[in-house]
Amino acid sequence: MTGATTHMTLSGHFTYFIMVFLMIAGLFIVISRSNLIKKLVGLGIFQTSVYLLYIAPGKLIGGTAPILSDAFTVYSNPLPHVLILTAIVVGVATLALGLALVVRIREAYDTIEEDEILERDLKPEGDGKTK
Amino acid sequence: MNLAPHLPALQVVIPLIAAPLTVLLRRRSVAFGVALAASWAAFVISILLWMQVAQSGTISYAIGSWPAPWGIEYRVDRLNSFVLVLVSGIAALVLPYSRASIEAEVSPQQHYLFYTMFVLCLTGLLGITITGDAFNIFVFLEVSSLSTYVLIALGRDRRALFAGYQYLLMGSIGATFLVIGIGLLYLMTGTLNLDDMGQRIASVQGTRPILAALAFITVGVSLKLALFPLHQWLPNAYTFAPSAVSAFLAATATKVAVYVLLRFYFTVFGESAVFAKLPMEEMMLLLALAGMFAASTLAIFQTDLKRLFAYSSVAQIGYIILGMSFDSVSGLTASIVHLFNHGVTKGAIFMLLGCVTLGMGGTSLARIQGLGKRMPLTSFGIVVGGLSLMGVPGTAGFISKWYLLLAALEKGQWWLVFAIVLSSLLAAAYVWRFVEAAYFREPRKDTENVAAMPWLMSIPTAILVIAIVYFGLDTSFTIGTATDAAASLIRGRP
Repeated sequence: MTGATTHMTLSGHFTYFIMVFLMIAGLFIVISRSNLIKKLVGLGIFQTSVYLLYIAPGKLIGGTAPILSDAFTVYSNPLPHVLILTAIVVGVATLALGLALVVRIREAYDTIEEDEILERDLKPEGDGKTK
Repeated sequence: MNLAPHLPALQVVIPLIAAPLTVLLRRRSVAFGVALAASWAAFVISILLWMQVAQSGTISYAIGSWPAPWGIEYRVDRLNSFVLVLVSGIAALVLPYSRASIEAEVSPQQHYLFYTMFVLCLTGLLGITITGDAFNIFVFLEVSSLSTYVLIALGRDRRALFAGYQYLLMGSIGATFLVIGIGLLYLMTGTLNLDDMGQRIASVQGTRPILAALAFITVGVSLKLALFPLHQWLPNAYTFAPSAVSAFLAATATKVAVYVLLRFYFTVFGESAVFAKLPMEEMMLLLALAGMFAASTLAIFQTDLKRLFAYSSVAQIGYIILGMSFDSVSGLTASIVHLFNHGVTKGAIFMLLGCVTLGMGGTSLARIQGLGKRMPLTSFGIVVGGLSLMGVPGTAGFISKWYLLLAALEKGQWWLVFAIVLSSLLAAAYVWRFVEAAYFREPRKDTENVAAMPWLMSIPTAILVIAIVYFGLDTSFTIGTATDAAASLIRGRP
């Protein structure tokens, strides 16, 4: 582990660069966009970057699934895949719930732009309006 | 069949099974019955677990009989058995309360779904607390978070939808940060079991991925526990959520996040490593103080009681973090006791505010004028809660502040003693805002017809208000457990 970190190479850390790029891009979209759907897209990209963080180090080049057989000697770790399968399900659930909330927000406010929603709530007549 | 050895699993499984049952049964009174039975069962189990741990030490339970470092382990020790009692106890009180409370605040066809989300949220919170597996924490965190977003969005006001959405964004970012941190720890140690991780981390201590993991976990969990600059989601969420939801969340959700932070800092990283490598002590001290002062000051200027006490929650989280930053047994004892005492206090206050919402039709300071005349008992209860927030002797809040002061003195930080007292004065100022409106203003004409409180609401609320005073007088349960828990966390020092 320590030997690998001393030789920082672009190719050796390729997946990490991709991961960091996706992570920052996703987070940037969440913060900078006002459109609620676009924010969820950013959130999705952000969460996807984590999948890569887990899966890439678990894969050995030439490694197979851990099947006990004389033909195979190098195995990839299956655990990260299983973990990420769970994380994907969580991501899907989050996205679904987020989109459902956006639908309800659009029904209540007639817009899905964050600044317009905040503006509408500032007006006194919008204050305390029920759904 | 003897169920006793399976209590750790049942703690989580019972509410988990109750959740789909409430959906299938649909009838809201049946759903209520199922949810109530599940939450009371969870409460009884948590007390049994607490007693068992107090008698015979840490319980380790292998889920599916897969032994510990490979399989998922449920691990109950002094610290989390204490948090389990808090979470399930509050749930057992808030659930009967919610039946009458949501009658006025949530549309009837959604009631059975409310109970589903409530027990799911309870499942998640209990799961986070009881599990000894890092990835399992993330899964349960999402179970509780996703149901929380729904519960918040159920609020009557349309702003509840947007509050739920904002919390969804913030909460998901926080949980993703946490899972990045756990991923980095897993890469370096090759294990997901928290205890195992704590042992293996010694060989990679101080490497950059470990420091990055520490940073990611700190930021991610701080988002969930609403540490001062990351608290933006909290005031809206607590204000617009249905009253029963505010009460449950204010008393449990942020407290469980504090527990997660304690668990990672002390069991996994080993606190000496956390505090030696980085200026964590100073950083946490700074954020805690910023939260205590800024959030308390913001609370003074609020015009709605729910929002006022939501900001107060952010300030009180500051005290808990302050205790952690001392990195000593007495500091941690103060944190853990305050975690419990503040949970009880805030739970009571938000339940009382739910009564106010029902009786007076709202919680804005303008509307509750003359509350002392209209609803004397409720009003008195809020004053008791307020006194506990200030830390007046005879209330639970005093006990935790006293221990915090002792911990500060032990460190020789005299100026911190003044800071704690000064921030208590700020608490006095925002509680005074309520007292002034409730007792020194004439009641408004349109609040003449105060609805009678259903007993399902008043009794659980009263129990919790009495608990504030009880835990301020008899501290054998709280201090006893917290001291043991703090000592066991610190003993992990290499």
